Amino acid sequence: MEVITLQLFNGLSVSSILLLIALGLAITFGLMKVINMAHGELIMIGAYSTYLTQNIFNDYLPKSMFDWYFALSIPVSFLIAFLFGLILEMSLIRFLYGRPLDSLLATWGVGLVLQQLARSIFGAPNVAVTSPSWLDGGVTFLGAVLPYKRLFIIGLVALTLLAMYFYIYRSLEGRRMRAVMQNRDMAACLGVSTRRVDAMTFAIGSGIGGIAGCALTLLGPIGPSLGTYYIVDAFMVVVLGGVGKLVGTVLGALGIGVFNTMFEYWTNASLGKVLVFLCIVAFLQWRPMGFVAMRSRSLDS
Amino acid sequence: MKKKWFYQSGLVAVVLSLLLAACANNEEPASTTTESGSGAASGDVIKVGVLHSLSGTMAISEVSVRDAEMMAIEEINAAGGVLGKKIEAVQEDGASDWPTFAEKARKLISEDKVATVFGGWTSSSRKAMKPVFEELNGLLWYPVQYEGLEASPNIFYTGATTNQQIVPAVDWLLENRGKRFYLLGSDYVFPRTANLIIKEQLKAKGGEMVGEEYTPLGHTDYSTIISKIKEAKPDVVFNTLNGDSNVAFFKQLKDAGISAQDITTLSVSVAEEEIRGIGVDVLQGHLAAWNYYQTTDTPANKTFVENYKKKYGEDRVTADPIEAGYTAVYLWKAAVEKAGSTDVDKVKAAAKDLEWDAPEGKVKIDGENQHIYKTVRIGEVQSDGQFKELWNSGDAVMPDPFLKGYDWAASIKPTD
Amino acid sequence: MLTVRKLSPQRLWLLAGYAAAAAALFSAPLFLSDFRLNLLAKFLAFAIVALGLDLIWGYTGILSLGHGIFFGLGAYAMAMYLKLEASGGRLPDFMGWSGLSELPFFWKPFESFGFAVLMGILIPAVLALFLGFFTFRNRIRGVYFTILTQALVIITATLLVGQQAYTGGTNGVTGYNDILGESIASPDTKRMLYWVTAAVLVAVFIVCRYVVKSRFGKVLRAIRDGENRVRFIGYNPAVYQMVIFTMSAAIAGIAGMLFVLHVGIISPSMMGIVPSIEMVLWVAIGGRGTLIGAALGAVLMNWAKSEFSTTYPQGWTYFLGGVFILVVVFLPNGLAGLASKLKLSKTREVRSEAEHDGIEHPAV
Repeated sequence: MEVITLQLFNGLSVSSILLLIALGLAITFGLMKVINMAHGELIMIGAYSTYLTQNIFNDYLPKSMFDWYFALSIPVSFLIAFLFGLILEMSLIRFLYGRPLDSLLATWGVGLVLQQLARSIFGAPNVAVTSPSWLDGGVTFLGAVLPYKRLFIIGLVALTLLAMYFYIYRSLEGRRMRAVMQNRDMAACLGVSTRRVDAMTFAIGSGIGGIAGCALTLLGPIGPSLGTYYIVDAFMVVVLGGVGKLVGTVLGALGIGVFNTMFEYWTNASLGKVLVFLCIVAFLQWRPMGFVAMRSRSLDS
Repeated sequence: MKKKWFYQSGLVAVVLSLLLAACANNEEPASTTTESGSGAASGDVIKVGVLHSLSGTMAISEVSVRDAEMMAIEEINAAGGVLGKKIEAVQEDGASDWPTFAEKARKLISEDKVATVFGGWTSSSRKAMKPVFEELNGLLWYPVQYEGLEASPNIFYTGATTNQQIVPAVDWLLENRGKRFYLLGSDYVFPRTANLIIKEQLKAKGGEMVGEEYTPLGHTDYSTIISKIKEAKPDVVFNTLNGDSNVAFFKQLKDAGISAQDITTLSVSVAEEEIRGIGVDVLQGHLAAWNYYQTTDTPANKTFVENYKKKYGEDRVTADPIEAGYTAVYLWKAAVEKAGSTDVDKVKAAAKDLEWDAPEGKVKIDGENQHIYKTVRIGEVQSDGQFKELWNSGDAVMPDPFLKGYDWAASIKPTD
Repeated sequence: MLTVRKLSPQRLWLLAGYAAAAAALFSAPLFLSDFRLNLLAKFLAFAIVALGLDLIWGYTGILSLGHGIFFGLGAYAMAMYLKLEASGGRLPDFMGWSGLSELPFFWKPFESFGFAVLMGILIPAVLALFLGFFTFRNRIRGVYFTILTQALVIITATLLVGQQAYTGGTNGVTGYNDILGESIASPDTKRMLYWVTAAVLVAVFIVCRYVVKSRFGKVLRAIRDGENRVRFIGYNPAVYQMVIFTMSAAIAGIAGMLFVLHVGIISPSMMGIVPSIEMVLWVAIGGRGTLIGAALGAVLMNWAKSEFSTTYPQGWTYFLGGVFILVVVFLPNGLAGLASKLKLSKTREVRSEAEHDGIEHPAV
C-alpha cells in the first residue's frame, strides 16, 4: 500500500516538474512558434538567481531571516529570466519569426554562449543552494512520506498555471496576445502593437522558465549545464500535449510523468526512459498534433 | 529598414563584446600556450599537455583537476623547472566528448610534441585516448580512481584502482555496517564493472545484494529509485553515481526521510568538491572511500591545501582527484630528473619504484602496472563539509588492477 | 567526352573550378602533416553527412535532428568489424569486463569486412525507411518531425549506453589494430584511407548532384515549397520523402563508417542531441540548398571548431555560439548564399540555382 501511494505521488510530482519546465515553452513555442533551445539556459538562469538571492540573504541579513530567502527568490528568478527573455527577443528572436527551424539553430548558439557565461561567472563546478528549513521533512499519508518540497512544487505549478490562465484568457493583455498569435495581420490592423505583444509574450515565457529553475534548486544540481538535462523533456511535453493549448500541456506532462514513473518502477531508469519515448513516438504517429489540437481551417498552418 | 540596421549593428556589438570577453577570459595566468615550433625538450622549455573537459557536462569535475595540475607546473617552474628548463603547459579542451579527447591527444603528441600529457577523468575518455598514446608512444598521466582491469604501457594511473578503494570499502562495510547491499550507479563502465566486482566479493564474503540500479548520466529524478530502495530495506547503499546525479539523489534521499542513521550510503565519487555543490546539510553523516581528504594529516598536505587556496580562493577545496592530478605532475618531474631526459621510454624506466611524499602520504609507482601504491581511507562527512577519517589501511596498498591477489575475483578477467 | 557538348565560358569556368578543387583534395597528403591529414579526413567524412542532410533539409524541407543515429549506426557497423579484427578471434575486451563469456550471435557476421560495409549502409537505410513509412504517411512534418527525431535520438543513445555488454556502453567501441590485414596506424594506410574518403565524398557529391538536378529533384524542391500543391497535382509526397530520407540516412551511414576509420572510436556521444544539431548547423552555415555549400560548411565549421578550441581552450564556445547566431540571422542562406549574393550584385545575373563556381580548396 505504501509503495502504491508513494508511486502515485511520485508520478504526480514528476509530472508537476515536467509541467513547470514546459509551461514557459508552451508559450514561446506553443503560441509563438519559436523553437527556443535556450529555454534550458533560462531555467539555469532562474536557478543561479536563486543561488544569488540565497547568498545575499546569507551575507547581508540576519540569520533568522535566512529561511525566507526562498519566498523572495521566486519573483527574483522570474524577473531576471524575464529580462533575459526580453533582451533575447528584442535583439535576436524578432528577426526569426516565421522561421521556426532557424530559431532553433540560433537559440542553440545562444544556449552555448549562456552556458559558457555561467561557467565564467560562477565557475565550472556546481553551486549549492540550501533549501529553507520550512520545506524540510514531509507529511505521512497512507503510510508514505510525501516530502514538503514536492508538495510545494505541485502547489507552485498550480498557482503558475492559474496565473497564466487568468493572464491569457481573462486579461486585456492576454486577449491581445491571443489575437496576435491567431491572426497577426488582423490584430495589427486593429491597432494592436504586435512588436510589444511579441516581446512581452516571449519575456513571460522566459520568466516562467526562471521560476522552474528556482523550484529545481530544491531537488537537483545547480550548474552551467543544468538546462541541457531538461530541454528535450520540455519539448516532448509541449508536442505531446498539442501546441497552443495550456490544457494540452498539462495532459502531456501528466502522461509523460505518470508513465515514466510506472515504467521506471517496473523496469529500470534507462529502459523506462526508452519506453516513454517510444510511446511518445507511437502516439504522435496516431495523433500528429498531440492530445489537444488547435482547430484551424487553414491547410498549411 | 534603417531601424533594423540599427538593431542589427547593436547585436553585432553585443556578440563582439562577448568574443572580447572570451579572449580576456583566456588570459588567465594558467594558460601559457605560445607559438614555438620547438620540440618537447629542445630549446629552454619542456612542453606538456593538459587535457581536460573545460566545457560540457564533465567540466564540473575536471576544471579543478586542471587547476591543480597547472598549480604544480607553476610551482615547479618557480623552483627552477625540470632539468633546468621551464615547463610550458599546452591546454586543450576535451569538451566532455570522447572522440574529441582522442583528437586532442593526437594533436598534443604529434603537433605540439609534448613530453607527456596530464588529463582525462571519465573511463570513457581514457579508453578513447589509450589507442592514440599506444600508437604514437606518448605518455598519459590519468588522475582519477577507476574500475581497474587495465594496464597500458603508455599510461600512469595516479588514482586508485579497485583494490585500493572499492574492495577494501566493501570489506569494511560488511564488517561494520551490515550484509545487505543495494548497488546504485550511473549507467556507464565504471559503475557496471565496479558492481560486477562487488557482486563477486559479496558472494564470497557472505554479503547479499538486494538491488542493483543504473540511471542514465544526467538523471535528475530519483523518487522511484528511492521507493525501490525503501522496499529492499538494505543496510548499505553502495553509490557509484557520477557528477550531477549525486546532487539529485542525495537531496531527494533526505526529502524522503532517509538519513545517514537509517541507511548507510557509501559513495566513491563524492569528494569535498562535490559536497560543496550538493550542500553539507544534505550529505552530513554519509560515507565515502578515497585515498586522500583535505583533512589528511601530512606535512605535504598542509602546504598543498594552503597553496591551492591561496591561488584559487579561500572557498575552494581540495579533493582526491585534485590531489592525484597534482601528484602526477610531481611524479613525472621526479621520473624525468632521474632519467635525465623526457624521452618516454627512459622516463618509464626511471619511474619504476619511484617514491614521493605526496599530500596523501608516501606514494610509490609500481613498475609493472604503472599504478601507484596508495593508502585507503574511509571518511564521514562532517558539518563543515570536510571528511572525518573513520578508518585507514595503515600502509599504502599495492595496486592490483587485475585483482590477481583475490581468489573470489577469478571470474573477472579481461580478455587481453 | 565533354567536348561533344557546346560549353559556355561560364560552364567551363565551373568545370575548371571543380577540377581544381578535386586536384587539391586528392593532393592534400603531399603537403599536410599526418595529424592535419587525419583531421581533414575526419572533416571530409562530416562533409559526406552534410551532403545527405542537405538533400532532405535544403532540398526537401525536412529537418532531421536525428542524423546522429544513422551516422552512428554506420560507424558502429564498421567499429564491430574493426574490433573483431583487433581481438583476433577472442572476445572483445569490453564484453569481458561486462560479464559476457561468448560472442553474441549478431556480432559474428561482422567478422567479414564486406558484411560490415553492407550493414553500415543497410541498417541506417532500413531504419530510415521504416520511420519514414509511418511518419511521412501520417503527414508529420515541420517542427513536429524535427522533435520526433530528437525523441529517436534519445531512445537510440539510451539503448546503446544501457546495453554495455553488447555495445560497449558509454565508452563505445575503440582500440583497433588492422583493417583488411593492414595496420590501421601506419601512415600508408592512413593516406590510403584519406584517398578513399575523398573519393567517396566526390562520388556522393556526384550522385547527390545528379539526384537534385533530375526530375526527381524538382519534385523534392516542389515538396519543400508547397507540399500540398504537389499533392493536389497528383504526386504522393510521402513516397518521395521516404526515398530521399532513406538515401540521406544511407549516406550518413557511409560517413559514419569512414569517421570510425579516421578517429578510431565511436561512442554514443557521437549520436546524441548535440552532434545531431551540430550536423545541421554545418549545413546551415555552408548554405542549405547548395551541395557545395553544405560540404564546405562541414569542413569549415569543424576546422574552425578545432582551431578555436586549441587557441582558446577556455572560451571557444563563445565563438562557436556567436558564429551560429550571426550566420543564422544575417546569412539565412549560409556562406554559399553570401557568395551568390556577391556575385549577383556584381554581374546582375539571375540564376535559379545558387550553385557557385570558383570553389577553393578547403584550407586546413
